[in-house]
Amino acid sequence: MKMTGAEIFIESLKREGVKHIFGYPGGVILNIFDLLYEDKDLQLILTRHEQGAVHAADGYARSTGKPGVVLVTSGPGATNTVTGIATASMDSIPLVVFSGQVPTMLIGNDAFQEADIVGISRPCTKYNYLAKDVKDISRIVREAFHIAMTGRPGPVLIDLPKDVTSSKAEFTWPEITIRSYNPTYEGNKWMISQAAQLIAKSKKALIIAGGGVILSGAHKELKELAEITNTPVTMTLMGLGGFPGTHPLSLGMPGMHGTYYANKSIQEADLLIAIGMRFDDRVTGKLDEFAPHAKIIHIDIDPTSIKKNVRVDVPIVGDVKRVLTVLNRILKEDTKEQWDEVRKAWLRQIDVWRQERPMSYTYDEEVIKPQFVVEKIFELTRGDAIISTEVGQNQMWAAQFYKFDKPRMWLTSGGLGTMGYGFPAAIGAQIAHPNKLVIDIAGDGSIQMNIQELATAVINKLPVKVAILNNRYLGMVRQWQELFFNERYSYTHLEVVPDFVKLAEAYGAVGLRATKPNEVEPVLKEAFKIKKTVFMDFVVYWKEKVYPMVPAGAPIDHMLFEEKKEKEAKKLRAVK
Amino acid sequence: MRHTISLLVENKFGVLSRISGLFSGRGYNIESLSVGETIDPLISTMTIVTSGDDKIIEQINKQLNKLIDVVKVIDMTELDHVEREMVLIKVAPKQEDKAEVLRLAEIFRGRIVDSSKTTYTIEITGDEKKIEAIIELLKPMGIKEFVRTGKIAIARQGIKKS
Repeated sequence: MKMTGAEIFIESLKREGVKHIFGYPGGVILNIFDLLYEDKDLQLILTRHEQGAVHAADGYARSTGKPGVVLVTSGPGATNTVTGIATASMDSIPLVVFSGQVPTMLIGNDAFQEADIVGISRPCTKYNYLAKDVKDISRIVREAFHIAMTGRPGPVLIDLPKDVTSSKAEFTWPEITIRSYNPTYEGNKWMISQAAQLIAKSKKALIIAGGGVILSGAHKELKELAEITNTPVTMTLMGLGGFPGTHPLSLGMPGMHGTYYANKSIQEADLLIAIGMRFDDRVTGKLDEFAPHAKIIHIDIDPTSIKKNVRVDVPIVGDVKRVLTVLNRILKEDTKEQWDEVRKAWLRQIDVWRQERPMSYTYDEEVIKPQFVVEKIFELTRGDAIISTEVGQNQMWAAQFYKFDKPRMWLTSGGLGTMGYGFPAAIGAQIAHPNKLVIDIAGDGSIQMNIQELATAVINKLPVKVAILNNRYLGMVRQWQELFFNERYSYTHLEVVPDFVKLAEAYGAVGLRATKPNEVEPVLKEAFKIKKTVFMDFVVYWKEKVYPMVPAGAPIDHMLFEEKKEKEAKKLRAVK
Repeated sequence: MRHTISLLVENKFGVLSRISGLFSGRGYNIESLSVGETIDPLISTMTIVTSGDDKIIEQINKQLNKLIDVVKVIDMTELDHVEREMVLIKVAPKQEDKAEVLRLAEIFRGRIVDSSKTTYTIEITGDEKKIEAIIELLKPMGIKEFVRTGKIAIARQGIKKS
């Protein structure tokens, strides 16, 4: 029986196990939207901007491990997805984005709402397609999901011209083979045994774990590796939750805003075991002074990440979970070392560094410190909420002061650093986990970038909580201007606009405000109790900076800390 | 160092764009590029000449391999191979130089493919050194314009550099 391209599309999505789509309609995609109108199995969540739809699908994917699915129209609908696609691409998140397109005979003719989205998204998608024949649709959908989810995951875009979705064909569900795409999953056995030997011989080993651990589902294997060999672990921004943050072997995050003891450990280590991380500049600081005494083992599924930035002694291309399973087996059976004895001196040294400079900030009686808000959120949720962030100071404080013990509870735009990511991502995560507490830790600048998604949250009855660390500034940029540009705050003062409480209420959400430290806990408690979308406006000290800080281009052991005179300042003005 | 890289790619729309986008996006340079079908109509061969230090060349090879439509990457520079390019040179020699132009064309085993009252167009095929040489020799005769193809390369059978 012949089906239209639109019907084939819907059937293909169902066969891929899709339950939720995030999207926004438009002219060329109406036939598909018409089929979704009364579909019992597929639910479309209507956002208020296509960027919100992509970030929501991204949050859905990060919090579940399933691919996020997006459906938008042509022209501006498609171009509005580019930031979200680039965000997912940088963090290796599986997304499948479907955009409508003008009919094939009009392509290239500057038609109404036409955009060469395949051309525009080529650099930021893992792969993309223009469906030219209705007979190809099911194969393309199947291939797209396969490409998005396998190897190093990433976003895939499919452009669907209107005449192709209106044409008819028989439904087929072909087996797909892509002869030119064969990711390596099993690590080289010899390399893995070399790695085991290096680990056994090292005195000061350190594991650096990144997003790859979470994408591979390897948190158990990582914990086993750390515990068998008694090796401390530092997690990059993308790796938080891949190893329990409250574990005694956890050193927190390394790099530009990482902990003192994580950075010192890297610089003093004799062996770095890098797992599912890519030595980004935020982690390494000055490359030729990075980890000067360490041999490096690098385990990653993407061969291009290995030896891209740092020299590697034992490269292992493969899926993190499978490689660690083999590595752990070798370490348990073959090397009979007294791990505890070997590591004792090293762990003791690390403890000294921990005491020297723990993560800290100066609490104040009169003025709310933003770190205090994050600490309270951690305490009241017992570390069990799904946390998304925006970008900047809010993101860094969330990473520093909320400890994640489990993976897939932490949603943040690490690679691209997209302001406006957190709120729609929280919405996507809430759709996937209707019974969990989902909190977006935001800044007053970032939250305005996708503020329209308040409508999405309220109408879909999503009890997302947004904690706005309102310092009336573009915080992180202001910090750089204070430290490196002589306090010339060029275009970073955002003023006391809007009134977030009134804004939330205008959308039908609940708005709460705290202006004093003793109001923080009651506001949080009330927000968590209400089964509605809640905006919390925390009016925080405007001059607070994220510390420690490694200035750009400096080696990671050159960290700046809070000045003593700042700590002793008595008069802190809350509002500026 | 210059490297000649031969790629086997799926003969699909957008592949050339993705590959050249990869080079420009990451700041690698394409000195020359040529592409054509192979005996399998679904596969094309692309030959790219690029340059960089060992680290950059390694990254280029890996990034090309990562592309979904790239079936195989062969760095020809590591192998014994045959290289050819073709050039069409339009010369406008003075009357007294015309004979010399024709002699040079013969020496280089080129062919005259067009002639007019004032110009000769010569077609020459050869490796890079040969092409450079004929262009240098013809310059003093007055080259009006020339058009060069990209390089193509094929591995020598059964002989590999150690």
